[in-house]
Amino acid sequence: MNIYEQQEKNKRLTIFIFAVFFVFFILIGLGFDYFYLGTVSGAKPKYKWNENGYYEVSGTSSQFFPLGTILASGFALVMSFSGALSGHKMVLRSAMARRAVELSPKEKQFVNIVKEMSIASGLPQPQAYIVPDSDLNAFATGFSPENSYIAVTEGLLEKLNREELQAVVAHEMSHIRNYDIRVMTVAAALVNAVSLISDWSVRSARYSSGRGYSSSSSRSGRGGGGILILVWLIFVLVAPIISRILALAISRQREYLADASAAELTRNPLALVSALEKIRMSVEPTYAVNNGIAHMCITDPRGSLIEEREGLVGDLFATHPPMEKRILALKLMAYQMSGQTRSQSLGGIA
Amino acid sequence: MIILAVIAGALALWLMFTYNSLVKLKNQTLNALKQIDVQLKRRHDLIPNLVSSVKGEMKFEQDTLEKVINARARAINAAQSGNMKEAFENENIITQGLSKIMALSENYPNLKSNEQVKQLMEELSHTENTLAFARQFYNDIATKFNIAQQTFPNNMIASALGFGRSELFELPADSKERENPKVDLTI
Repeated sequence: MNIYEQQEKNKRLTIFIFAVFFVFFILIGLGFDYFYLGTVSGAKPKYKWNENGYYEVSGTSSQFFPLGTILASGFALVMSFSGALSGHKMVLRSAMARRAVELSPKEKQFVNIVKEMSIASGLPQPQAYIVPDSDLNAFATGFSPENSYIAVTEGLLEKLNREELQAVVAHEMSHIRNYDIRVMTVAAALVNAVSLISDWSVRSARYSSGRGYSSSSSRSGRGGGGILILVWLIFVLVAPIISRILALAISRQREYLADASAAELTRNPLALVSALEKIRMSVEPTYAVNNGIAHMCITDPRGSLIEEREGLVGDLFATHPPMEKRILALKLMAYQMSGQTRSQSLGGIA
Repeated sequence: MIILAVIAGALALWLMFTYNSLVKLKNQTLNALKQIDVQLKRRHDLIPNLVSSVKGEMKFEQDTLEKVINARARAINAAQSGNMKEAFENENIITQGLSKIMALSENYPNLKSNEQVKQLMEELSHTENTLAFARQFYNDIATKFNIAQQTFPNNMIASALGFGRSELFELPADSKERENPKVDLTI
C-alpha cells in the first residue's frame, strides 16, 4: 500500500469513526429517551377536548419528543467538529505541552530537526512542542499537514542523540503525512465525549429512576423493557471501553507503517532502532500523558509493558504493536538497504 | 457521429488531465530544486563564521579549512556564471570538508566546551542535513515526474507538450565520495 492509498484510507476512516461514534451517541440518547424521559412526559397525560364533547387522553407516544437523542446527537456533532478543528489544542493542553524555545540548545536542535524532516518529506513545517516529563515519549497531532504539531518529552530530548531524535521526529512526521493525526485526534476527542456522555446518562438515569413510581410503572407497561434496559445500561457502561478499544485498534496498525516511512525519510532505520530501544528501556509511565491520548504516542505512555504481551489481551488493549516486532522489522529493513544502496549510501550525504 | 464526439471528448479530457498533473509535478520539482538553492545559500553564509571561530584552535587543519573556503568561492562563482557542473563539484568538496571539520572538532576540548562553537556546529549539521534531505526529496519528486512522463500512455504526448526529463542528483561513478569517507581521528 503506498502512502496515497493510506491517506485516502485514513480520510475515509475518519468519516467511518465519526459514523460509529455518532451511532454510539444516538443509541445512548435513544435509550435514555425511551427509558427515562419518555416515562417522565408520559406520567402527565394530556387531556384534549374532542368534537364529541368530552375529554380524551391524547396518546403519549404521539407527543413523544426525543429530547435525549437530540441532545446526544447535537453533543456528538459539536464534539466531532470541535475535535476536528481544535482537538489538537485539547491534546496538547492535556499533556501540558509548551512550545519549544529556541534559546535552549537542546530545544533549538529539536526545532532544527523538525525543520529538516519537513523538508525531507516535502510538507509544511509542524510546530515543535515540549512535554514536561522525564519519561521518553513523543506524539503528533493536528488536523492536516498544514496545521500539525509534534511534541516530545523533555526526557526524550535529554536521552536521545541527534540521529535518534531525528528518527523519532521522522516517525511522527510520517503520522502527519499519512493523515494518521486526523484520525487519532478525532478519535481522542470522541473517546472522551463517549465516556462523558455515558457517565452523564448513567448518573441522570439513576436520579430519574429514583423518582420511583413513574419509571417502574412504565417498565412494566412497556413489556420486555426490563431486558432492553439491561442491554442499554450495559451498553452505556461498556461504551467508553469499546470506543477506547476501537481507538487503540486503529492506532496499532499504523505504527509499523510510520516506522517504515520514518526509515524511508531518514534512510537510517538503525537510528530508529536504537531510539526505540532507549524508549523501551525506560519503562516508567509518562505521567503527563493521560489515557485518552495513549494511542497517539510513539510508545505506550502507561509503561505497562502490555505491548510485550501477545494474544487476546495484548491484541485488545495494547496501543502499539510489540516493540520486539517493530525493532525486528526495522532491522530487516536496514539489512535490505545495506545490500541495495551500498553504492549510493553516500548519495544522501553528499 | 455521437460516438466520434464522445471519443474526442474523452481524449480531450485525458489530455487536460495529463497536462495538469504533469504541470503540477513539474512545479513541485522546481520548488524542490529551489529548496536546495536556499540551503546552499545558508551553507555559504555559515562557512566564514565557522572558519573564523575554529581556525585559532584547529591549527593542524589549516589546509582543510583552506580547501573549504576555496571551494566555496569557486562554487559561488560557478553558480553565478551558470556552470552548474563545476558548482556541483565544488559543493561536493565543501560537503566532504565540512564533515571532516565537524568530526575533527570533537578532538579539541576547547572547541567542544565552547558554547558558541557548539551552536555553530549544531547550525552546521542542521544545514548539512537539510541539504541532504532537500536533495533526497528533489530526487524523489523528480523521479516521480520522470516516471509520469515516461510511462504509457503519457510518453506519447509528454515531449509534445513540452515536458523534459529532470536530472537527478547523482555522484559520478568514479567519484571519491562513493567510497566511505575516511576520517582520520588520530591526531
